[in-house]
Amino acid sequence: MIIEHPLLGPRDSQEFTCLGDASLLQRPDASADDAAETFFDYQYLRDNPAGTHRELWYHEMGDRSWLVVTRDTATHEILAVELASDVVTAGGRS
Amino acid sequence: MTQVNRLDGGLIDREAPLDFTFDGRRYGGFAGDTLASALLANGVRLVGRSFKYHRPRGIISAGSEEPNALVELREGARREPNSRATMTELHDGLVARSQNRFPSLGFDLMGINDRFSAFLGAGFYYKTFMWPKAFWERVYEPLIRQAAGLGALSGDPDPDVYDRGFRHCDLLVIGAGPAGLMAALTAGRAGAEVILVDEDFCAGGRLTMERESVGGLSGNEWAAQAAAELAGLPNVRVMPRSTAIGIFDHGIYSVLERVSDHLPVPRAGTPRQILWRVYAKRAILAAGATERLIAFDNNDRPGIMQAGAMRAYVNRWAAAPAERIAIFTNNDDGHRTAADLAAAGVEIAAIIDSRPDAPASNIAELFAGAVVSNSSGRRGIGHVTLRLADGGRKHLSCGALAVSGGWNPNVHLTCHHRGRPQWQEDIAAFIPGEGVPPGLAVAGAARGIFSTASALADGRDQALAQLAELGMKVKTAPLPEADDAPVTITPLWHVGGTKRAWLDQQNDVTVKDVGLAHQENFRAVEHLKRYTTLGMAGDQGRTSNVLGLAVMAELTGKTIAETGTTIYRPPYTPTPIAAFAGRSVGRDFRPTRLPPSHHWAAEQGAVFVEAGSWLRAQWFPREGETHWRESVDREVLATRRSVGVCDVSTLGKIDIQGSDAGAFLDLVYSNMFSTLPVGKTRYGLMLREDGMVMDDGTTARLGETHYLMTTTTANAVGVYRHLEFVRQCLRPDMDVQLISATDSWAQFAVAGPNARRVLQVVVDPQHDISNEAFPFMACGTISVCGGVMARLFRISFSGELAYEIAVPSRYGDAMIRALMAAGDAYDITPYGTEALGVMRVEKGHVTGNELNGTITARNLGMAKMVSTKKDSIGAVLAGREALVAEDGLCLVGLQAIDGDNVTAGAHLFAEGTPVDPAHDEGYVTSAAWSPHIGASIGLGFIARGADRHGEMVRLMNPLEGRSARARICSPHFIDPEGERLRG
Repeated sequence: MIIEHPLLGPRDSQEFTCLGDASLLQRPDASADDAAETFFDYQYLRDNPAGTHRELWYHEMGDRSWLVVTRDTATHEILAVELASDVVTAGGRS
Repeated sequence: MTQVNRLDGGLIDREAPLDFTFDGRRYGGFAGDTLASALLANGVRLVGRSFKYHRPRGIISAGSEEPNALVELREGARREPNSRATMTELHDGLVARSQNRFPSLGFDLMGINDRFSAFLGAGFYYKTFMWPKAFWERVYEPLIRQAAGLGALSGDPDPDVYDRGFRHCDLLVIGAGPAGLMAALTAGRAGAEVILVDEDFCAGGRLTMERESVGGLSGNEWAAQAAAELAGLPNVRVMPRSTAIGIFDHGIYSVLERVSDHLPVPRAGTPRQILWRVYAKRAILAAGATERLIAFDNNDRPGIMQAGAMRAYVNRWAAAPAERIAIFTNNDDGHRTAADLAAAGVEIAAIIDSRPDAPASNIAELFAGAVVSNSSGRRGIGHVTLRLADGGRKHLSCGALAVSGGWNPNVHLTCHHRGRPQWQEDIAAFIPGEGVPPGLAVAGAARGIFSTASALADGRDQALAQLAELGMKVKTAPLPEADDAPVTITPLWHVGGTKRAWLDQQNDVTVKDVGLAHQENFRAVEHLKRYTTLGMAGDQGRTSNVLGLAVMAELTGKTIAETGTTIYRPPYTPTPIAAFAGRSVGRDFRPTRLPPSHHWAAEQGAVFVEAGSWLRAQWFPREGETHWRESVDREVLATRRSVGVCDVSTLGKIDIQGSDAGAFLDLVYSNMFSTLPVGKTRYGLMLREDGMVMDDGTTARLGETHYLMTTTTANAVGVYRHLEFVRQCLRPDMDVQLISATDSWAQFAVAGPNARRVLQVVVDPQHDISNEAFPFMACGTISVCGGVMARLFRISFSGELAYEIAVPSRYGDAMIRALMAAGDAYDITPYGTEALGVMRVEKGHVTGNELNGTITARNLGMAKMVSTKKDSIGAVLAGREALVAEDGLCLVGLQAIDGDNVTAGAHLFAEGTPVDPAHDEGYVTSAAWSPHIGASIGLGFIARGADRHGEMVRLMNPLEGRSARARICSPHFIDPEGERLRG
C-alpha cells in the first residue's frame, strides 16, 4: 500500500507500523468515578470493521509521525490521512 | 547425435550450435532454442514422471504453463529442481536431468503406483494411512514424501546473488505480444514513461510462433521492429525474461527478472534474478491466452500436446514433435495447426474435429463429428482410437497428437485483488470480470480478443484510455494490417470413456477424481480444488482448471457460468524463494549493531552473543580457562572484589526535552518524575495501559526541562514508539520533544569498590565525584580525559558502588581503553553479559525475563511505585480486582540446595503436593550460578511469595525431565540494605 503522508507525500506502507482502531486517541478521564469501566472499554473493545475504518499508523522508518489513516479494509482504498496530533487538537481534547 | 526432428526455417541461429546433456546423454541444439524445443528436435519425447502415479510424461506446452516437463538444471550448488524445460533457454554445456523417477526415467519402480491407482484417487491422503496413528510420522509420511514429489535441492548454499529493485513508471505493460507491443508503442511515442515486461527472451508473444503477416511483414519481423523502436525511446524500458508475478495495492507490481538464468554462470557482479517492485500509475495486462486440452482416456501420453504449442515448435523452433501427427480439435485453431505443420513438411495423419459442421480441409483427411477416445503406445503415443460420427471406431497411427480445446485468457493477475472472472459463452472461456485491480486495464487475448488485428487495436485503445486518465493527450496512430479471423468453437471438455482421462497432469487429477469429489459432495469450486488438488500445481490451473470446472458443471447439471471459477493469487508463475529473500541471507538477513567497544572487545578475545540486533561481549576468556563458567565466575568475583567494566551502550536512551517534560514523564511512568531534582536519577516503572509492566529503567534529570530516559535493550524501540504515541496521540498539547539517543552515546558501567578510584583518573580534576559531592543516584555533565564532554550517572545494576559514564559514541573506543588503563592498578576486569546477568540476579534486579508482559508492579513487590496522586498510563487498570488479589504472584529469590540447579522455566510446587496444573504455584524466570553465594540461585514468582521466605519448594521441569529443590528467599542475595551502593 501507499500512504499519502500529510508532510512527506506518498510513502510505502512498509515504512509504517499499524496499531489499529483510532479510538485509542480517546483516552478516558482517569479521575472520573466510572474510570474502571471506561478504561476497560478503551483498552479492550476495538472496532474491526470490513469497510471504512480509522486506524493509527506510525511512520517508524520515517519521521515518526503518528497518523490517522481512514482506510477501507475490504479494498485497501485510503480515503484520508491526517496527523494524529492534528486530529486530537481539532477535537478540542486536552 | 543428429537432430532427427529438426525442420528447415525457424528463428534459431544455425550458425551457433550448442551442446547439452539430458540424463547424461549428449544432444545438440542451436542458439534460440529452449531446452524443450531442443529435446523435441532430438526426438526426446519422455521427459518426466508424474507426481503421484509416476506415469511417463512429455512436453505439452511451449510456455510458462508447462505442467509436465519439469527438470533439474545445472550441477553442484547451482542445481535447481522443477525448472520448466519450456522456459529454459539453451546454452552451451547445459546439464539437465529428469526428476521423480528411480532408477531411471525409462524404468521407474514407482510406476507401480499407476497399477494401484484405484487406491490413490482424490482425497486418498484423508482416507488411508489412518491407522495405526503412530505410523503416520515414522512410516507413512516419509514413504509418501519419497514416492510423491518433484526434484531435490542440492543442499548446498546457493552461490549466486539475488537482488531486489524499485522502478517507477506511468504505464506498465505486461506482455509483449501484439496487444502489449501496440500499447507500449502508443504510450512510448506519446512520451509516457513506459516499462514493458515479457517472460520470453524476445518480444512478440504468439507473433514469434505463428505464420501470419502484420503490416506487410511477418509477425516476427514486425514484433522485432516494434521492440527495436521501443528500445530506442529514452522513456521506454523493455524488460525481457521478466514476469509480472503479482499485483499489490495502489499500483505496486512485482516483476521477477531472470537476469542470468540463460547463462551457465552469472556474469561477475550480476545477480541471477532480480525481484522488482514496480510503482506504476497505470498498467495494461496483455498476458495473452493459454490453450487448453481435451480430456480423453490416456490423454497424458508423451507426444500429446497443445496444438498451438506444436505450431510454436514448428514455426519458431523448427522442431517437429514427430514425423506424422494427428490433430484433435473443437475449433478452427486445429485447422490452422494442420496448415502450419503441413507447410513445414510434417505428415498430417488426420484432423479429428468434434464439430459435425467442421469446415472442410484440403490438407488432410477430416473426421467431422468424431473424437479421440483413447491413446496407446509405450513411453509415448503410437496410436489413437477414434470414435466416429456414426459410432464406429477407427485406429490411427501417429507419433504425436495436437489437441486444441480452445483458449483461456490469462486472467490471473486480474484476480489478485479478489477479482472474479466471468464466463463468456461465445468464446467458451473466462474473461476478466468484477474486481480488476484499480489502475489496471486488460487488452487483447487476455480479455478474450483473440485475432491479431483486434488485439493490436485493443492494445492501442487501452493505452489511449490509460493515458487519457493520466491527463496525457495522444493522437491516434494507424494500426498495421493483420489477420482478423473470428473465433468459432463448439465446446468439448472431455470424451467419455472407461479409463482415466487427465485434467491436471502435474497433480495427476483425472475426470474420475472430479466425479469422486462430486459423489462425496465436494462440489463447490473451492471444495473441488482442495479435495482433488485440481489447479493447485505450479501452473495454478492454467492447463486444467476450466476442464475440471466443466466436468463438475456437467455432473451438477449447472452451467459453467453458474459453477464459477476459483481465483488466483501471486505468484503467477513459480518463483524461487531466493528471489524473495534477495540479499537478506546469512549475516545480511538483518542488520547487526555493534557496541562502541566491539573492536576493542574482539582484540581481547571476547566471546560474542546476539542480544536483539546487537552483538555483545558475553565473556572475556583468559588463557587457561576451559569452561565459560570459569571466566564468568572470575569476572563476577573480580568486580565485587575490586572493579569491573562493561559496555552498556545497548540500553535504550531517549532524550526528552520541553517545559512539560516532567509532566509527560509523570504520565508515562507510574512513579513521579516532575519532582526529581536536577542532577538526580530515579528508577522508573512504566506500565502498559492494561496495567502490566512494560519496561523499567532509570531516568536522569539533566536540566530543568531536560531528562534522559534509559530503557532495557530489548524494549528500546517499543518504548520509544509508545512515548511518541503518548506525545502525539494523547497529549499533543504538551510542550515536549523526544529523540532517540541510543546510538549517540557510548556508555560504560564501572562497578566495584574501586570504581570511584578508577573514574577519578579519567574524570577531569575540576569535577568532584566524591561520595559527598556525587552521591548515589547523582548525575551530571562532566568532562573526561582533558575536555571530552561526558555524562556521569551514579547508578548500579550490579549492586556495587557503581557509575555509568557516557561519552559521544565516536569516543567509545578511546574511552574503554582509557578506563582499562586507569584501572590497571586495581586489576580492572572487563565483564560481559553473562557476568552482568549473574550480578543482577544476585542483586535481585528484574529484566525482560521477569517483565514478561503478565507481571504487574504488585507482582514485583513495587505496588507502592504506582502513584495514586496522579494519572499515569496503566494506573487505572492495574487496580482491577484480579490484579490486586492478596494471593497473587510475588517476586522471590530461590537458592538450590543439595547441589541442585535452579533452571529458568521450571514450575514451582510446594512440598508434598501433586505435580499438576492445579497445584502449580509459580515459575522460575532467571537462574545463575552465584560464585558469591556458592550455589545455584534464581528469581521467580510464587503465590504469596513475600510471606514464604525460608520455605522449601520443588522446581519441576517436565520438558527436560528434571526436578530440583530450592529454598525461597529474598530476591536480594547480596547487600539487601544497599550499603555497597552508597559507599
